[in-house]
Amino acid sequence: MIFLWAFIVGGLICVIGQIMFDVFKLTPGHTLSTLVVIGAILDGFGLYQPLIDFAGAGATVPITSFGNQLVHGAMAEGEEHGIIGVVTGMFEVTSSGISAAIVFGMIGAILFKPKGD
Amino acid sequence: MADNKKKNLPPEAQKYQAFQKQRETERPVFKNCLKAFFVGGFICVIGQFISTFYIYFFDFTEQTAGNPTVATLIFITMLLTGFGLYDKIAQFAGAGTAVPVTGFGNSVISSAIEHRTEGFVLGVGGNMFKLAGSVILFGVFSAFIIALIKTLLIQWGVL
Repeated sequence: MIFLWAFIVGGLICVIGQIMFDVFKLTPGHTLSTLVVIGAILDGFGLYQPLIDFAGAGATVPITSFGNQLVHGAMAEGEEHGIIGVVTGMFEVTSSGISAAIVFGMIGAILFKPKGD
Repeated sequence: MADNKKKNLPPEAQKYQAFQKQRETERPVFKNCLKAFFVGGFICVIGQFISTFYIYFFDFTEQTAGNPTVATLIFITMLLTGFGLYDKIAQFAGAGTAVPVTGFGNSVISSAIEHRTEGFVLGVGGNMFKLAGSVILFGVFSAFIIALIKTLLIQWGVL
């Protein structure tokens, strides 16, 4: 059942992105930045975790979960160490995405040659 | 805002803009949304399969399984980007491939590959986050503000 909800919720988040592309004529950079901020705000109100419980990867795979995880890490440390924790805990939860992007980006650059077209 | 901009332009430019608008091809919004829905949903289902795999075989919980899933998806993205397949899927699916974390991975990896001819330090290192940088900047900055407000509210006993 969670597979079906992952499909529907993940698909709908992508439709929101597509509408921002086509109807509001935003560039991909603007669209993705906006979605990340939306994810962060949703987690600020405690609304993103219920969505993850409900839709699994449908909520964790779209880029909105990046904003959610940043707030999550910052809050977890912030509760322990106050304002300093907000800065030190920022990347605690989300490090896997960024580390993976950097590591695989480097490996990709070593292995692959740029395509002509 | 668009009207304000128009007023400052010379009449030829205004005429041109009206002409351009008239000639602009209508974007098939509904069709694009449908494509984005199916491809985006499909990527999330793959993510769900990977999550389930990590939960059953590597003792991750439902809360922590998101991290290895994202890393795995970015690894798959690296292969697809390197072989030039990701661009083709992205052309078809639009936001369906851009919004999932694979799109973030693709923007990092494709700029890394594209700029390797300029050398590893200035080319790959300097350009890797050219496109993805804005996502990280606005994600981190907004998360900082939100977490700061929330932490202060908790400390003051409001929440």
